[in-house]
Parts: sequence; C-alpha cells; structure tokens
Amino acid sequence: MSIWEYANPVKFMRLSGAILPWVVVGAVLCTVGGVVWGFLTPLDYKQGATVKIVFLHVPAAMMAINIWVMMLVTSLIWLIRRHHVSALAAKAAAPVGAVMTLIALATGAIWGQPMWGSWWEWDPRLTSFLILFLFYVGYIALWSAIEDPDSAADLTGVLCLVGSVFALLSRYAVLFWNQGLHQGASLSVAPGERMSAVYRYPLYLSMLGFLLLFLALLLIRTRTEIRRRRLAALQAREIRG
Amino acid sequence: MVLALLKRDLALATRAGGGFGLAVAFFLILCALVPFGVGPDTGALRPIGPGILWVGALLACLLSLDRIFALDHEDGSMDLLATAPIPLEGVVAVKALAHWITSGLPLIVAAPVFGLLLHLPGAATPWLIASLLVGTPALSMLGAFGAAITVGLRRGGLLLSLLVLPLYIPTLIFGTEVVRRGAEGGDPATPMLFLAGITAGVIALVPFAAAAALRVNLR
Repeated sequence: MSIWEYANPVKFMRLSGAILPWVVVGAVLCTVGGVVWGFLTPLDYKQGATVKIVFLHVPAAMMAINIWVMMLVTSLIWLIRRHHVSALAAKAAAPVGAVMTLIALATGAIWGQPMWGSWWEWDPRLTSFLILFLFYVGYIALWSAIEDPDSAADLTGVLCLVGSVFALLSRYAVLFWNQGLHQGASLSVAPGERMSAVYRYPLYLSMLGFLLLFLALLLIRTRTEIRRRRLAALQAREIRG
Repeated sequence: MVLALLKRDLALATRAGGGFGLAVAFFLILCALVPFGVGPDTGALRPIGPGILWVGALLACLLSLDRIFALDHEDGSMDLLATAPIPLEGVVAVKALAHWITSGLPLIVAAPVFGLLLHLPGAATPWLIASLLVGTPALSMLGAFGAAITVGLRRGGLLLSLLVLPLYIPTLIFGTEVVRRGAEGGDPATPMLFLAGITAGVIALVPFAAAAALRVNLR
C-alpha cells in the first residue's frame, strides 16, 4: 500500500470525498477560532490594536509560499511520473495561492499605514511577495491559455520549475537592492525574540486553520477538475459515437 | 550545422525588415520619452538614468522575442530542426544567440549615446557597456524560454511578456546596480560578479527547459 495508489483518480475521489467534510469542519473551527481568539487578546504596548491583523497576515503569507512549494512538488510528480491528479492539484492550488499572496499584501498594507506611515514600501519582503504574485498570475494565465490539457500541464510544470528558481533568486537579489523595514521572522525559536504566548497560541491555531482551509479548497477544486475532465471525455465520446 | 543555422537566422532577421534597427529605434523613443515625463532637469535625470537605460534595454529586447520560434513553427521548419543532428537544446541556444546579435548587440552599441541624452556621467559609460554586455545574453536566453512556451498559442505576445518579465528582475537589479555604482564612484565589481553568475547559470540551464517546452509544443 503506497501513496501512489491515490494517483488513481477513482481512489483519490473516494478518499477525498470521505475526508473532505472533516477538513471543512476543521478549517472553519480553527480559522474562526484562531481569529476570534486573536481578537480577544490584550492590546500590544507599542502597536495597540493593529497587532491583531497578524492573525490573518502571517498565516496567509505562510500559505502563499507553501502553496508555491506544493505546486513545485506536484509539478515535478507530473513531469516525472505522469499522474494526472498531481497536475490537476497544481492547477487547482494556483488561484488559492494567488489569493493568499494578495491577502498577505493587503493586510500588510492596512497594518503598514498606521505603523510605517505608508501603504507600500519597496522593502525586500514586500517586493518579493509582489514578485511571487506575478509568478502566480503568469502561471494561472498560461493554464487558461492552452487548450490541450496534457500540453498545458507540461508547459506550466516547466514554467513552475524555472519560476521557482527565479522566485528564490529574486528573493535574495532584492536584499542586495534595498535594505528592509519589515521585521524578521514572526515565529523565531531563539529565546528573547519569541512572541509572547498570549499572541503565539492564537496564531498557531489560525495557521492551522489556514492550512486546513487550503486543504479543503484544494480538495474541492481538484475534485471539480477531475469531474470536468471526465465530463469532457464523455462529451468527446458522445460526439464520436 | 550550428553556423549554418546561425547564418540563416541572422539573414531572416535582417531581411524581414527592421531586424537590427527596430529594437534600437524603440530604445531611442523610450529614452526620449522619459525627459518629457520627468522634466529636462539634469538633477532629475541623472539619478534615474541607469535605471531607465536598463529598463529600456529590457523592453526593447522583449519586442522581438515572439519571432524567435513563431515563424519556424508556422512553416514547419521547427519539425526539421527537431530531427536535425544537433540536439534541440543546441538549436535553442543558437536561436537565442541570433536574437542577441540582432537585438542585444545593437542596443549595447547605441547605449552610450542614449546615456548622453539622460546625462549619465562619463565615468559610468564603460560600466553601462560592460553590464549590458554581460547581462543581455541572459535576457535573450530567458526570452527564448518564454517564446518556446508560448509558441503554440495564437496570441501569445502579451502572455509572453507576462511570463518573461518577472524572470528579468534579478538581471535588472544587478545590471542597474553596476551602472549606479559606476556613476557614483562605488565598487561595481560585486554586482558585476552576481550579474555574470546569473548569465552563466541561465545559459547553462535554461536551454534544457526551453527545449523541453518546444518538444511539448511539437507533439
């Protein structure tokens, strides 16, 4: 019994159909719970109430990067082992990732206005997120531009590989270009830099919620893609028949 | 075989009208438009000169990208090239080289003159030429990759820019930095090495990605 058995669409549909309700319930509970719990935390002594946007900003930013990594892995699986579910999962994940990137940029701007005094700064982190967003847009546009599904999967897979290298390269090139204003990692393990436990635990819950939310959206969208593919096959047979 | 392909591509680019001249003319218009936008002040033009020159070179390079493979794909020459004795990766590299000679090289020759228009300090001009010389081959190679991906699409031009321009960001950052440091008397060696590293990596690896994309489009 290996993981590759779920590359079979029938088995994937059965398994994903079984776990989807649980994932949806978990996503709603954790996201709502994390954000509401985060909203009830005391005001920060320096940032006041604005600190509470962190419970949306950090999970969205985390997912924005991780969804691209997941697309890279599924693209590689498609290019190497030709499992269709994998290519469709990459296609299904891209718009979710683009929206997560937008959420991270928008919440960051809303927080930055009172704290930094500007909606946008050409800070390395902000800039690399904007670049990541451009890569998402290009990837989605390429998927929608090509008609043949297998060619589209191949070409977007190659684009995802090259794009990953250049997204990473840009991430470090912008450090060279401009020194940043953005604070360091939010969840540092180094003692003394750690976030207070009052904020940390709601943040963990919210991050788990965003992860489950992505998983739920991914399963729904991948199932839709598989059904669309089946429908197209049935229509093709109808026309030929 | 490599030389024959290079000669053929160069002949096609020059005889089809506006091969050498078009990119330079576009570059000139861009450099001439900027002072209308920001004002003719030397003080205003001098700091943005390196950036304008590099962005202009990048856009002028973009202009002719879709022609790298499109015509050969339409008339079927691409199928012959795919079965030719040299590997498809080599074909991609030669076509990128031909594109660089027809649109990158003229830009480099014209850039010092356009630098004068934007009041670029004389000390920065050698660095402008050097950075373009080192950086533009990467632009042509990445452009060939974008062209290979979009070659099968009927209206791939806009999509091509959307896919290729984000890939140009690291080259643009380091290229502009070389010229800026040259203008301000800093040390341009560090960004120059990064720029050379990116170009070397791109020339070594991207032909494989571009050839893979071409094979998909030839299926």
